[in-house]
Amino acid sequence: MTYQLETAAHPETLRRVAIDPVSRVEGHGKVTILLDDQNKVHQVRLHIVEFRGFEKFIQGRPYWEVPVMVQRLCGICPVSHHLAASKALDVIVGAKKLTATAEKMRRLMHYGQMLQSHALHFFHLCSPDLLFGFDSDVTKRNIVGVAMAHPETAKRGVLLRRFGQEVIRVTAGKRVHGTGAIPGGVNKALTVAERDELLKDIYHIVQWSRDAVQLIQKVHTQDPGLYNSFGIFRSNFMSIVGHNGDLDFYHGTLRARDDNGKIIFDHVDYQQYNQYIEEEVRPWSYMKFPYFKSIGKEHGWYKVGPLARVQNCCQISTPFAEHERKEFVDYAGGSPMHAPLAYHWTRMIEMLHAAEVIKELLHDDDLLGSDLMVQGERQSEGVGVIEAPRGTLFHHYRVDENDLITMANLIVSTTNNNQAMNEAIRHVARRYLHGHEVTEGLLNHIEVAIRAFDPCLSCATHALGKMPLEVELVDPEGRIVHSLSRS
Amino acid sequence: MSAPVVIFAVGNPSRGDDALGPECYGQLEKWLKNEMLADQFELIEDFQLQIEHALDLQGRQLALFIDAGANTPGPFTFARIAPATGAAYTTHELPPEAVLQVYLQTEGQEPPPAFVLCIRGEQFELGEPLSAAASRHLEAGFSLLVSLCRQPSVAAWEQAAN
Repeated sequence: MTYQLETAAHPETLRRVAIDPVSRVEGHGKVTILLDDQNKVHQVRLHIVEFRGFEKFIQGRPYWEVPVMVQRLCGICPVSHHLAASKALDVIVGAKKLTATAEKMRRLMHYGQMLQSHALHFFHLCSPDLLFGFDSDVTKRNIVGVAMAHPETAKRGVLLRRFGQEVIRVTAGKRVHGTGAIPGGVNKALTVAERDELLKDIYHIVQWSRDAVQLIQKVHTQDPGLYNSFGIFRSNFMSIVGHNGDLDFYHGTLRARDDNGKIIFDHVDYQQYNQYIEEEVRPWSYMKFPYFKSIGKEHGWYKVGPLARVQNCCQISTPFAEHERKEFVDYAGGSPMHAPLAYHWTRMIEMLHAAEVIKELLHDDDLLGSDLMVQGERQSEGVGVIEAPRGTLFHHYRVDENDLITMANLIVSTTNNNQAMNEAIRHVARRYLHGHEVTEGLLNHIEVAIRAFDPCLSCATHALGKMPLEVELVDPEGRIVHSLSRS
Repeated sequence: MSAPVVIFAVGNPSRGDDALGPECYGQLEKWLKNEMLADQFELIEDFQLQIEHALDLQGRQLALFIDAGANTPGPFTFARIAPATGAAYTTHELPPEAVLQVYLQTEGQEPPPAFVLCIRGEQFELGEPLSAAASRHLEAGFSLLVSLCRQPSVAAWEQAAN
């Protein structure tokens, strides 16, 4: 445990290294590291630079606007926010059970989202580190470098991502700002032409997803010394699971396990999430630190996302992904795998599962139905939870008698992983930076650990020329003694 | 059959002047309809440029990327761009040059001639409207955009490029 590296005893006497912003993650994050004159690490923190303020932004708005508005949170996973908000508002409009067409359309949209996001993360953001090495030539360590060295891999990444975006477009109406889900259902079904268009490619998509699992499994198992230990720390896990304990990204109940795999709580109705989870505020970060109330803030924090989901579920319903899950569990030797780099392996298992589910759904005629909406007794409060690509995502709203939002609480996936990411970079800082001269390659190790979690650090501001990466070493008097720049 | 010109307008409408791209998209969409030119142009709006946008370049004669700029010259810059490998250090999106490069690598051929219209923004905070300065920059940029759409040729656009 490197928890003690959160706050140094005498920070004013130490020099500061900043990675600002962290690159190849979604949004803006900053890492600060405090070192003494011998380059010994005393403090490491991941800061969220940008304050989202979305919970205030939507107060006073009519509730039916919310599923569309919340998509503005993120340009990578707008569908996750769209669906989590819609699920919360299903409760508000009294829609206890959606029609088969509505639920399957939402599932298709969501599994398309999972496919495109995981493909983007693996091929675009992380494959440069995995294929070239963490401290390889920085001018090649990007997707364009991958395209030059491994054109077929890069092309598959592009086509997988495009397919997922197409699934979103036909289910939500647009690739971003879609309006497919509405409180109580959906506003469109699939047409035969749309279904047939997607069916033309789905068999390639499944096969390429299987190949991607093989690729990351090979990369991981060829260097177990690195992949099984890099940034490792033990923690609890949390995710939703289906009613049989299946992996389910769209709906289910909350399950948590401890670091040995023992169940902490199971089949918890997420409408009561705030009886189980508390959010701690710390003065140095805009992002909160959630933990399980029953364990307490010091040891009650947890991981979410692919590594948690694949190990939290009892089985996966689709055959190829279930085969790969078993391979992963066997490799881990029966105990939970805690290595952050194993996120990549499990993420590709999930991408394969998403592709298989999409294939199954495209053969289901319920998607072509016309019964789209249900309503019931109006409620004043609702919680929606979904497994977003990065992990469990909570949307919680209260609505007044004028249909206006009076309270919103969002716990986004990256917030659930906040303490876990901090622990990972502290481990890496101690292992790779402690006592060494800081170089760009060593600093990239910190970023590799963060990227494994696929964080989304408040998204979608991206103006040209706005995102250089600068690292500055500052002495105790505030003078810059060394700097690196990627602008 | 693809429209001969593809125009990408990128930005998040909820983040202050990051909305310059989407604002441009909305105005241009109406203008093209009024001028009966809509079938000559495909407009694509997105939060960010991503790898799959390379596939939207297939079969085009010209491509234009419209985006907000931070700390870029005002009111706008307009320039031809080429595929580039060294520009992909940004966080979660590709710069236009890298989209061209992905096209080059995945398609094995040169991308269509491409240009960037970068309209200067001033503030990018969540929930903020367009700033007054950005609105003026948009007006100036849109005038150029209209003239470009009236003459969609490489020669005319190169002449307009600064």
